[in-house]
Amino acid sequence: MSLLSAEWTALLYLAAAVCFILALKGLSSPRTARRGNLIGAAGATLAVITVFLSAKLDNIPLILLAIAVGSAIAAPISRRVQMTQMPQLVALFNGVGGGAAALVAMLELGHSEGPWVLVAVVFTMLVGAVSFAGSAITVAKLQELITTRPVVFPGMKWVMTLAVVAALVIGGLVVATGSTGWALLLLVLGLVVGLLLVLPVGGADVPIVISLLNAFTGLAVAASGVVLDNVLLVVAGTLVGASGTILTRAMASAMGRGVSGIMFGAFRGGSTAGSTTQSDRPVRSSNPEDVAVMLAYAQRVVIVPGYGLAVAQGQHTIAELATTLEARGVDVAFAIHPVAGRMPGHMNVLLAEANVPYESLKEMAEVNPEFKNTDVVLVVGANDVVNPAAKTSPGAPIYGMPILEVEEGRQIVFLKRSMRPGFAGIENELLFDPKTTLLFGDAKDSLTKVLGAVNAL
Amino acid sequence: MDPITLLTVIVLTVFVGFEVVSKVSSTLHTPLMSGANAIHGIILIGAIIVAGQLDDPWLIFVALLAVALATANLVGGFVVTDRMLGMFRGRKPAATPKDTTK
Repeated sequence: MSLLSAEWTALLYLAAAVCFILALKGLSSPRTARRGNLIGAAGATLAVITVFLSAKLDNIPLILLAIAVGSAIAAPISRRVQMTQMPQLVALFNGVGGGAAALVAMLELGHSEGPWVLVAVVFTMLVGAVSFAGSAITVAKLQELITTRPVVFPGMKWVMTLAVVAALVIGGLVVATGSTGWALLLLVLGLVVGLLLVLPVGGADVPIVISLLNAFTGLAVAASGVVLDNVLLVVAGTLVGASGTILTRAMASAMGRGVSGIMFGAFRGGSTAGSTTQSDRPVRSSNPEDVAVMLAYAQRVVIVPGYGLAVAQGQHTIAELATTLEARGVDVAFAIHPVAGRMPGHMNVLLAEANVPYESLKEMAEVNPEFKNTDVVLVVGANDVVNPAAKTSPGAPIYGMPILEVEEGRQIVFLKRSMRPGFAGIENELLFDPKTTLLFGDAKDSLTKVLGAVNAL
Repeated sequence: MDPITLLTVIVLTVFVGFEVVSKVSSTLHTPLMSGANAIHGIILIGAIIVAGQLDDPWLIFVALLAVALATANLVGGFVVTDRMLGMFRGRKPAATPKDTTK
């Protein structure tokens, strides 16, 4: 019961593809971002309606039911999720998309003819499965269900090589025979490769991996378009693959490193250099009252937020502290490292939620020269992004990453949960610096106490 | 579609993809990633097409699983991106008068 001719179908798919391009374009600028996202959603809706009207479909009630189930699960989670868990959720959606692409390709195997189409089937299954398993590990790392440190075991390099070679061989067999048995094995190998690819990635690099896997899923979707002979899938998938690649590179360069270094760094070993033999050196810790005095009588305070702030949900408290200090005549700014938190731009989103005005958020290049005229730098739950090891110790995994030069400040206050090193797992020399004061505890607790103490002054 | 047309479409789309995101500020990296993530949820139409052609119950089940997963990707992706972007409005009072959404 096709209500639409092939021509109309193609034109409507074209319209949807244009919507996706406009969506990505819109999302690249703050002014148009929200509209861009809505245009994308409109394009997707148009495409789904089109497919129902154009293709000869059986099982329509069941399909509608599955769509309802998917929406009923995803929409409420998306609306309610905490800002801190946003990266996990994006990774999760990416993973299920990759999984869906792999399943679609496998189901189409029986209907596929011609070597190129079969190659596309194999590619979709493999890349989709890699993306699914990789994203699952990413979610587990971000949720801290498993360790956030790189997981490496002896001989991992060889296991990985073996898995990739086996996947390619099995893929070849699938192309040659079209057998479902081999295809299932291929799916399993894809999952193994995805697992091995992401396990050795250190926590701080996880956001970049999400972006990379996002590009992978895009490519899998594009290949599924070849399998199904559907131009919209080809265009949408390729768009995501291409823009995702650019985005991954942009994110990686914001951290001062190459994508291959992130993906394969841990295989080369020595990545957590300097993380051993530490923590029994003396540090200066203090109490909320002293910190309050330092802040309240400073002329200029720069706040450096990090993941600890997000975890503790302290964004509203810190916004209030900033307002209170400003009311006392202190000049307050927030210094935002491009990769502070667990995804690039994480801190901007978090502070925007707490109504911190956009103008008081300073980007790294703008704020770095100002640190030497800053009386107090308040580092809240950030570590790696202010670690001078990025400049001074070539062995450190974060070496070369541009950092916020808080060591230039006159006094530095760290609000930290413990002496535990940051997500990258390296010691921060700055904690032992004589001008550094530490205030241990949950970021929100500490901030509340400091705020109370400032108000009591 | 013949292979050459397909290749043409792919190559041109790659350039468009590179071009549209080439000058994005780091502030928008996450929403952009999330938006792109939502877009590949369009695999949903592939899942629908496949599910509509099967008659073996088990295979239908697998296809419906793909439909549900793809829907989660598509719907969740756009909703979560919208929520992220909604937080970017900031405090500037005049700049955002009542949202003129439909």
